[in-house]
Amino acid sequence: MKYSIVSLARNALSGHAGWSAAWRSPEPRPAYDVVIVGGGGHGLATAYYLAKEHGITNVAVLEKGWLGGGNTGRNTTIIRSNYLLEPNAHFYEFSVKLWEGLSAELNYNVMFSQRGVLNLAHTPAEIEAFQRRGNAMRLNGIDAVLMSRDEIARAVPLLDCSDRARYPIVGGLLQPRGGTARHDAVAWGYARAADARGVDIIENCEVTGIRREGGYVLGVETTRGPIAAKKIGICVAGHSGVLAAMAGLRLPIESHVLQAMVSEPLKPVLDTVVTSGAIHFYVSQSDKGELVMGGDLDGFNSYAQRGGLRIVEHVVEACLMLFPSFSRLRLLRTWGGIMDMTMDGSPIIAKLPLEGLFLNGGWCYGGFKATPGSGWVFAHTIAHDQPHPLNADFTLERFAEGRLIDDKGAGATPWAQ
Amino acid sequence: MLLISCPWCGAREETEFAYGGDATLKRPDPARADDAQWYGYVYLRANPKGPHDELWYHAAGCRRWLRVTRDTASHAILDTAPVDTSRGKPDSP
Repeated sequence: MKYSIVSLARNALSGHAGWSAAWRSPEPRPAYDVVIVGGGGHGLATAYYLAKEHGITNVAVLEKGWLGGGNTGRNTTIIRSNYLLEPNAHFYEFSVKLWEGLSAELNYNVMFSQRGVLNLAHTPAEIEAFQRRGNAMRLNGIDAVLMSRDEIARAVPLLDCSDRARYPIVGGLLQPRGGTARHDAVAWGYARAADARGVDIIENCEVTGIRREGGYVLGVETTRGPIAAKKIGICVAGHSGVLAAMAGLRLPIESHVLQAMVSEPLKPVLDTVVTSGAIHFYVSQSDKGELVMGGDLDGFNSYAQRGGLRIVEHVVEACLMLFPSFSRLRLLRTWGGIMDMTMDGSPIIAKLPLEGLFLNGGWCYGGFKATPGSGWVFAHTIAHDQPHPLNADFTLERFAEGRLIDDKGAGATPWAQ
Repeated sequence: MLLISCPWCGAREETEFAYGGDATLKRPDPARADDAQWYGYVYLRANPKGPHDELWYHAAGCRRWLRVTRDTASHAILDTAPVDTSRGKPDSP
């Protein structure tokens, strides 16, 4: 059923009893051409583009829980392409362009809101780094605006831009086309569109093993029985190490917990995304009115999807340094998600050294914004057995070859990325 | 918040410690190691979901290194032990 003003009106007149399920819930078949492990945004987008761009529809997406119940539902929904290095800049900008047409493409409102992403600078050295990154972005065709303190004070009136601030703001770098989207809708929209093209979406089906023989994959073992597959795409960021271990591989990845939190809802007060790398904080206001906030990793290996209160305290302190007027808000809820932290801070979207096995992972903090672009290039990689130029640099071998893509330059300590 | 039993100081809060990563890594012999060994040491990790041997440094305490076995799925600390630092900082990239 196509969603439109006509379908809305027709269903409103019939008491909304006529809406059909957005996707089927089929029993898994014994074999598929492609099995995608992980029913988050990336896995569902991959399945959608496999069907749409490459005509490969004999595809199953296996999800151990419910769709979008992992990191797709735990991230803070920020979308941007404000990267310094070329592979990241081109890839994430491609993704932003897909976001710009995504609601129409999927016939599903993903509530993409280009409200801008503003990085704050607190020192002259940061301004210089922002000038460099902003220039690099503009040379790569990405929008970037360097802002003075006065311009920021006018654009974000609640921000403490005074000299009294603990870490005074001296300027910032804005990407006006950055913004936010509704994360659940992204999973549901891709699921519905993939299902309409014949993809089987199978929930409550956990992969427990990868069957292989002589350097080839044969399929997967699951909690709902074995499923044969010619090709397997892993889209389980956070748990990539666990899946790779099933195939006998080690990855240049550690899993770490990243927390996020929301305040109680309030009337519109903040119409852009504000981040400060120096004080480890970012905030935006959701359409429900909650302030969505986050900071840094807890800093030790974890698969627990929860972290310590010291990080919550740090995030709230940073929030009040920048926005003193938020001091009487109550925190509504906090949670944690598990990040695939790679050794250079950039993702891996590539063939693995086992024929038929592909990895889409290593997203560090930034997987959500990549969802459309990631699915698009991963589908290409699976369909053609080789990467698209947009993800040709995001290989597994780059670490051994010394071709790191380290936008932050932090070195091989994932908890410092 | 983790409560880590330092072998010298007793149970102390996580905020007193700095994380040192995977404790099972062995630095290759620079005179003999090939590129593949260095790659394995610097970049590859077992990254287990379950018991994980890791290094912690008691930065705001006795300033000694310890080896902690911690379950990464539950955060339960299963064991802590001193680390021999007579020849400097333990192996960790």
